[in-house]
Amino acid sequence: MIARIMPRVRELGILVVLIVLIIAFSIMSPTFFDANNFFNIAKQVTTLGICAVGFAFVLITGGIDLSVGYQISLNVVVCGLLMSKADLPWYLAVPIVIALGTTIGIINGLIITLTGVAPLIVTLSMMTILNGVSYLLSGGLPISGFPREFSVLGQGSLGPVPVSLIFLIVIWIVGFVILNKTYVGRYFYAIGNNVEATRLSGVNTRGTTVFVYALCGFFTAIGAVILLSRLNSAQSATGAGFEFNVLTACVLGGVSVMGGRGSLFGVFVGVLIVGVLDNGLVLMNVSEYVQLVIKGVILLAAVIYDATSKSSAGRRKQIGGIPLTRAVA
Amino acid sequence: MVSEQPFLRVDGLGKSYPGVRALDGIDLELRAGEVHAIVGENGAGKSTLIKILAGAIAPSEGTITIGGESYPHLTPHLARTLGVAVIYQEFTLVPTLSASDNVFLGEYLRTGPFLRRRAMQSRSAELFTRLGVRISPNALVETLTTGYQQIVEIAKALSKEARLLIMDEPSAPLTASEVEAMYLVVDALKAEGMTIVYISHRLDEIFRLADRVTVLRDGTHIATRDIGETTRRELITLMVGRELSDTYPTREHAVGEATVEVDDLTGNGVQGISFTAHRGEILGFAGLIGAGRTELMELIFGAVPAQSGTVTINGAPAGARTPMQGIRNGVALVPEDRKRHGVVLDFSIRDNITLPQLSRLSRGTIIDHGRENALAEDYSRQLRIKAPGISSRVGELSGGNQQKVVLAKWLAMHPDVLIFDEPTRGIDIGARHEIYLIMNRLAEEGRTILMVSSDMEELIGMSDRIVVLREGVQQGILRKEQITQEAVMALAAEGEAE
Repeated sequence: MIARIMPRVRELGILVVLIVLIIAFSIMSPTFFDANNFFNIAKQVTTLGICAVGFAFVLITGGIDLSVGYQISLNVVVCGLLMSKADLPWYLAVPIVIALGTTIGIINGLIITLTGVAPLIVTLSMMTILNGVSYLLSGGLPISGFPREFSVLGQGSLGPVPVSLIFLIVIWIVGFVILNKTYVGRYFYAIGNNVEATRLSGVNTRGTTVFVYALCGFFTAIGAVILLSRLNSAQSATGAGFEFNVLTACVLGGVSVMGGRGSLFGVFVGVLIVGVLDNGLVLMNVSEYVQLVIKGVILLAAVIYDATSKSSAGRRKQIGGIPLTRAVA
Repeated sequence: MVSEQPFLRVDGLGKSYPGVRALDGIDLELRAGEVHAIVGENGAGKSTLIKILAGAIAPSEGTITIGGESYPHLTPHLARTLGVAVIYQEFTLVPTLSASDNVFLGEYLRTGPFLRRRAMQSRSAELFTRLGVRISPNALVETLTTGYQQIVEIAKALSKEARLLIMDEPSAPLTASEVEAMYLVVDALKAEGMTIVYISHRLDEIFRLADRVTVLRDGTHIATRDIGETTRRELITLMVGRELSDTYPTREHAVGEATVEVDDLTGNGVQGISFTAHRGEILGFAGLIGAGRTELMELIFGAVPAQSGTVTINGAPAGARTPMQGIRNGVALVPEDRKRHGVVLDFSIRDNITLPQLSRLSRGTIIDHGRENALAEDYSRQLRIKAPGISSRVGELSGGNQQKVVLAKWLAMHPDVLIFDEPTRGIDIGARHEIYLIMNRLAEEGRTILMVSSDMEELIGMSDRIVVLREGVQQGILRKEQITQEAVMALAAEGEAE
């Protein structure tokens, strides 16, 4: 267990990358190394950071949830409509949206466990469905006009500390406890390493899998609410491409796309790298298209590193739910 | 057939890894046309020796002489050119390609960019005939049985003009009848003058096939004997370095009341199975591959739900539909495929042992690490798992120690009924003996053991009674005094027995 809590060599390596990035941007952009900018980065990465917790859990169990981006879109659109059109107070709208996000996760998890279809395909389909639904609801138009108190979640500060940063920290602690202290967290690793041996040890692997997608939906919805509060405007395009950033942050942080490995400390550093990169590139006036190329290259490099590192080579992925007898060589 | 001329000779061969001396001063001669068995426990240096002969690794010192030429080391390419081929335990076949495409994989016959498919098919068919089997060159490898896949692998070696065939535990993945077929292939190759190195844990095979046998222990060459001049007992003593009292230890017989009652159980490829097992009994299950033994165990444990029929354990209905229910019924399954179904390789010994009862070792949902460590330490010590500590990764342990981790995991659950599916497959003789002792101790403690095994000696040596299955149907139950190899085979093969 200790090995999983303590940052390992690899995660220290990624920490070095982060520090090098910060130094490089500080040299190249005079406005980068500044307390205000750092709080700015913190606000910008809040949603990414919160969502990455659930996403990392899913990756650790050997799954993936590509629908997180459009979950955010649907969540913000529904939340916006509830507050502006239905005139619900924010403290009612927010729990409804969190319940919605969790339900989407449960649906993903149920389809994956009951049908055995690969998570990649199930969540890719879900991503497209959610995209369509959010456009149907919003009519493609931005939604705004939310109560003033609502903006505190994403924009407010307690002294110099952004409220959203506090949310992020609380959720990181919750995520850390789930992953490292509870038996459910241990099940995540076990399932990601060898789902059949875990099932044969009497673990409810299907229930745990549904739970992990539900958690992912839950955290994503919280992230969506904070994002909406910061932007003050809900659009169907809000979450587009978000899954890419989350995946990059997790893989950079050492979470194996083959399942079974990863720590929240690593993900934390991965999220910061993505945040610093986004922020720094904008400050340096790098065009959006060049940013896309850079990010793609970074994800590719991280995935290649994951696939070729000594620990991953030689590990073969176990496929879920095969009865003993069909596993003959 | 066997000539006195060596096909290959190694002198003073040694291999060191940091901190480990894997091979030390090996002198060995392989005579052309002989079947030379190499035996030794896991870690004796067999794999290292094979890898050196195949050119996969270079020795630290010594020479290899083939055809009068001496080499300080071989490369895979050079080894192949010199006619050395290895049949590894893990086949190197592409399941979705045909048998003939596999035979010529990497060295396809072609005209320009075009494959000469028909030529390859007829050449493959010739090779299969030479080996005395009828395999269609067009058959997809994934549709072939393990035994036939192995023969495709051998044909692949032959197509590359192999003159020395190294077979690494060829019988391990095979069923009893497939092993017989493989013996015939070895005989056929030997008749053609092929030199064969045959590596095996099973001594009966060595006495059946080999001309000479070499024993390795701890990386050193202990002895080479003509097969006629040695005995099983001597070989075991040479391998283990000490006298093993009995291959199958005896136990105090105290078979008690009925514990497991299975009535008309059907599903998962078996039908109408009925038997009763008792406290303190080891009930063996015999059958050829496809007989449905593993499938039956899956039903009893709950890995696969049954369609009909009942299982009663200690008088209570115990029709488990999930492993969770099976465990609650007091059943434990030590599966055949340890690495896939028994352990989580990337987990520590502790994490593996405590996996089935983590929720019980938690306060609320938070794991109590103190209790977890104590439990894992306790069972790790009881089963004498050899490892630096309970945090050691299970993937780094030997097969025998991995099997002990599986056992520790289940014993910590205090099961009444233990299912052992091929309990000693891939485990060396010393550790095997320890597993037998544990099984005996469990039976003496009044637990019920159901044991599936394809190793006839093990089955006969350990079982109180044997249930024989054939094609999913129960053929009979043999009482202790009725058990002979012939009686078991007659029921298992029904008419196919000699």
